[in-house]
Formats: sequence, structure tokens, C-alpha cells
Amino acid sequence: MDDYLLHADRITVGYDGVPLLREVELHVKKGEILTLIGPNGAGKSTVLKSLVRQLELLGGRVYLSGRPMDEMSGRQVARSLSVLLTGRVRTEWMTCGDVAAAGRYPYTGRLGLLTDEDRRQVREAMALVHALDLFDRDFARVSDGQRQRVLLARALCQQPDVLVLDEPTSFLDIRYKAELLTVLKELVRERQLAVVLSLHELDLAHKVSDRVLCIRGDRVDRCGTPDEVFSGGYIEQLYGMTRGSYNEVYGCVELERPQGAPQVFVIGGGGSGLPAYRQCQRQGVPFAAGILHENDIDYPVARALAAQVVAEQAFQPIRSATVAQAQQVLRGCARVLCCVPRFGALNRANEQLLEAAAAQGIPVERPHRSEG
Amino acid sequence: MEQKRRRRVALAFALLAVLAVALFACNVGWGSVRLSPGAVWDGLLRRGEAAVVIWQLRLPRALAAALLGGALAVSGFLMQTFFANPIASPFLLGISSGARLAVALVMIGLLGRGILLSSAGMIAAAFVGAMVAMGFVLLCARRVRRSALLIVCGVMIGDICSAITDFVVAFAEDSNIINLHNWTKGSFSGIAWRDLAVLAPAVLVAAVLTFLLSKPMAAYQLGEGYAQSMGVDLRRFRLALIVLSGVLSACVAAFAGPISFVGIAVPHLVKGLLHTTRPILMIPGCLMGGAVFCLLCDLIARTVFAPTELAISSVTAVFGAPVVIAIMLRRRLRDD
Repeated sequence: MDDYLLHADRITVGYDGVPLLREVELHVKKGEILTLIGPNGAGKSTVLKSLVRQLELLGGRVYLSGRPMDEMSGRQVARSLSVLLTGRVRTEWMTCGDVAAAGRYPYTGRLGLLTDEDRRQVREAMALVHALDLFDRDFARVSDGQRQRVLLARALCQQPDVLVLDEPTSFLDIRYKAELLTVLKELVRERQLAVVLSLHELDLAHKVSDRVLCIRGDRVDRCGTPDEVFSGGYIEQLYGMTRGSYNEVYGCVELERPQGAPQVFVIGGGGSGLPAYRQCQRQGVPFAAGILHENDIDYPVARALAAQVVAEQAFQPIRSATVAQAQQVLRGCARVLCCVPRFGALNRANEQLLEAAAAQGIPVERPHRSEG
Repeated sequence: MEQKRRRRVALAFALLAVLAVALFACNVGWGSVRLSPGAVWDGLLRRGEAAVVIWQLRLPRALAAALLGGALAVSGFLMQTFFANPIASPFLLGISSGARLAVALVMIGLLGRGILLSSAGMIAAAFVGAMVAMGFVLLCARRVRRSALLIVCGVMIGDICSAITDFVVAFAEDSNIINLHNWTKGSFSGIAWRDLAVLAPAVLVAAVLTFLLSKPMAAYQLGEGYAQSMGVDLRRFRLALIVLSGVLSACVAAFAGPISFVGIAVPHLVKGLLHTTRPILMIPGCLMGGAVFCLLCDLIARTVFAPTELAISSVTAVFGAPVVIAIMLRRRLRDD
């Protein structure tokens, strides 16, 4: 058999017998994180719920370590697959330790009493998610991030091979998002779990996943490594973005660029242009950006926001043709904003631009001019 | 910490046990005629003039109050778990009223033919009524996501059932109707030993079966998604929960009529006493707490304005309603 811990073999999923996604093929190996991304309502949760048998499959089969899941009992499944669900868990008079201990369910007897071995497992799971200090705290009174970690410990108490997490970071602020995913990474390394999760945050999906599964329309649109998925403008296509763009290098969303011919020429480079680009965008002033090298950190943002970008190939000195192009763009602008504090050998051409602007009577602002 | 919790639970159960015994003794001793401990003792040994009062009236009544109080509290706890709603209870969800309506219909129907309904028959009729009312509540629960609205639906269902019961009772003409009239107001009086012989096993068996459900109930408290993922067979579990809470509330509705707020107040108070919601502790806790609560309320109902007896619901409401208000103020009902 294959060495997939979880394998969905062309499953069709949906609600009340109405298919939402067809022929979804999905598999994860030991020590691997597979992330589901896609627009809201695309069916990420539906896929996850179907994987863990909370929704009936409309077609296909799911295998757990090679065994067909529909032939396994609830307890058998619970001993090798556990979940972290979206939505809040409300408790009363339950400590974090109690919540984690609930995960021992498939191992306890008729009345659910814990043995010493169960207690040891609970403490170990709490330690793994760095939540041992929360053991005696009231679950209802700890922070959202701590709560998610405790629920993760609960899932670990089931001693699973496969972990399924439905948008585990949605409620969390950035500190807890980073914390939870770091813990998850550690777990996967230490326990060699296979993890399937859905994420809203594309930047995090890019960083945490070994493979990414993209859902769009009624099917899996693409599945590959993060570098395959987060490239070539695919994300914009996946989400059908028409206004604004997704910056694949920085993993962030850029709003739509101001429309119209450039009114300001922003001379940037090395990060100096970014505040000016953003300010122009906020104020709705179309601008031109230049002269930038294509490997400049300003470049991806300039591409997303500027009406026009004058750029030079990476690692090349700025050539005269590029300068000529820049000067032409400059002539159409009402003012020049020079953000670079000083010029060096490689951006000497930008200094020439300033001189050209002065010659043509175009006002120049230099907010960061160094006195040296 | 673990030891502290254990000690608290042990103390709480000891307190409940002491209260139950003390209140039971008071219920046997006090009443329109106050008996001295010596007279009670003689009466229990079937000596003296108190023997008749004790054996015919007070003992069965106190036992009924204790058993039915426990049944009400456990059934309330089951419904609160089922609906994940702290103020769900057989009374507020109209299930008690449904049971009562069914009993009234069957009783009057049979009386017309000159047949007296047996104790077991009363429970059976009440159970059917409870299940029908529960069916309506579940239909509402499917459409209503907000738990406050579900309670409103339950209250409406209860009101409809009560109205029909009143209507049926008012138009039924029989000498036995006076008895029935008393019962429709809710009371522990008039419960005989032959009723107890059916009632006690029914309540105790249901309580034991409920206790055996405490493991899946604990999982269910984290939400049905988690329960399912840990291996709970949701369909079977839900059915068992509904049937058991139905049996328990049917016993109460059949013999004592409508008794308000016990199902909400007692589980809440017991939770606060035990500092846990673990079903394995809550179920015996509610059984004992319900007994204590109803023994106390019945004692008050019988003695405060003696010889006039208050309706038991008037007393339980005085103690129970503030608890409900407190719950609602403390944690605003979920509106998601």
C-alpha cells in the first residue's frame, strides 16, 4: 500500500446530497503539512468535515493508514485521527487540564475515568504545546491563543497519526497565530504527524505548508508546493481578485493602484520609496516609480501600486535607454519626490533625473535628504 | 489542585446527604399537626395515633418529593446538555405540559368509560406526551439557531398544551375531576404507595442509565463535533438522552403535575456547589440536590400557611426564578 496516512480517493463532498466539490484527491504523509486554501465558501470546511466523517461522502473513499475509514468504528478512527474544529468551545467549571483530558475518550473505560497512564499522557500533551502552566486555569478564562493550544493538546491526547485542523488561526491575533503554527510545526517534527488544515491567511499558508491544495469552483484547482502555488499571479486568479493584487514575494495584499496618468515621479530604492508609494495610494494620486532595479525591495510594491514603473534589470548598471525612458515619464509629472537620501555608483542615473527635473522647472521634494 | 477538587466534591456530597436526611425528617415530622421526634419514631414503628398520618400521608409524600425532585433536576441537566443551553428544562421547553396534557386526555377518556388509569399507564401516557412535545421542540431547534428563541418556542408549546389541558379538564364532568384539578396545579400530595411502587423503579432505573451515559455526555459538552470525532455515536446518544429525559419528566408530570424551575435551578446550584460540570458527578449531584430542593419547597408549601397548602410551583418559583435570572444576567444568552 501507499505510505499515506490519510488518503482521500476522489471524494465528492457536499451537503444534503448536493455535491459542492467533485473528485477531490488529497493525501498526506507522515511529517507533512497540507494546507487547503481558496475563496470563502469554496468548501474548505466541507472537505475537512467530510474527511473526518462529520459529513457523509457523496462519492469516493477515505483511507486512514491504508484502511478504508468507512469500515472502521468511531473508536478506531478516534485513536488515529483527531481534530481541532473552528468555532468556540464554551465550558463551565473546566480547567484547561480537564479540556485536554477529554481527548483520552477513545482510551478510557465505560465511565470515562482516567488512569495514571491517561494523566501522564495529558500532561505530556500539555507540555508539547507549552501549556503545562495553564493546567489548573479555568479554560473559559484564558486567552484565545491559549485556548487553541489547549484544544491542540486535547487532540494530541487521542495519540493521533493524523491531525485535521479547520482554520485554527482565525480568531487569533498575530502573536498567537505565529505561536500556534510554530507549535504545530514542532509537533509535526517531533511526533511525525500528518496534518491537514485550512487557512485563511495566505502568508501563513505559504510559510507553514509542505504542500498547498487550492480549491475553486467545484474542484481542486491546483495542488503543489507553496513555491508552485504562490507564483505567477496564481493567487489573484484563484481568488478572482479584480481590484488590488497579491504580493507573492512579501505574502501581502496590495490595494488597487490609483487610476490615471502619473502626477508624481517617485525616486526610490532600497526601501526608501515604500512610504511614498503607500501615501500616494492612500491619497489616490497616480504616480510613477523609478528608476528601480528589478531586485530592489521597492520593486514589487511599485509594480503593484504605481501607474508606471521605470526599472532596470537586476545586477545591471542603469543604462542610458532606461534613463531616457524615465526622463520621458518625468516630463508628464507635476512634481518629483526623491526619497533616496544619497546616490551611489549604481543609482547615479537617479541624480541625473533630479537635474533634468530642475532644468525643466519641475519642483523637487527631498524629504530625507542627508546633509553629509 | 486535584486534591482540593476532590475534597470539595466529597464535602458537597456530604452536605447534600445531611440536608436530604434532615429535610426528610422535617417533612415527616412537620405539617398541620407537628409531631415530636418521639411521636415520629413511634409512628414509624406503627404505634400511636401518628402512625396513620405518617404512613398514609407524610412518608409517601416525602419520598415522592425526593424522587421526583431528583428526576426533575436530572432531566433538566440532560436537556441543558442536549441543547447546550443553561436555561433549557422540561418545564420551560413545554415538555412537562405536553406530558400533562396526554395524561389528562387519557385519564378523562378512560374515566368516561369508568376505568381508572393505573400508575404505569399514567407514566406511559405522560411519556408519549413528553415525546410529542419534545418532537415539536426539536423541529423548532432545527430552524432556530438562537437559543433564546428556542426557549420562547418551548414556552409557547407549553402554553398551548396547558390551555388545552385546562379546557379539557373544565369540560370533563366527573367527581374525580376535583382530584384532577388539584393535580393540574402541581402538587406532591395524593401520591400513594402503589404509585411509588411504579414511580421509584422508573426514576431509579432511568437515573442509573443516565449515569452510564456520563462519558459520552462529557464529550458532548465540548460540542457535537468534538464528541463525534472522539467516537460518540451521535444518533444513538441523542436518542438515549431524549428518551431518558422524557421518562424522567414524564414521571414527574404524571404524578405531581407541573413543577417550575427545579430543572434549571438545581443543576445550576449543584454545579456551583461541586465546581464542576462533569456528568459523572453532576448526575448523582442533581439527583440529591433535586431531592433536597423539592423536600424544602414542599415543606414550605405545606407548613407556612397551614392548614392552607400552597401550590408547589409557587414555592419552587420563588426560589428557582431568581436563579434563572441570575444565570441570564451572568452570561447573556448566546445569540449566534
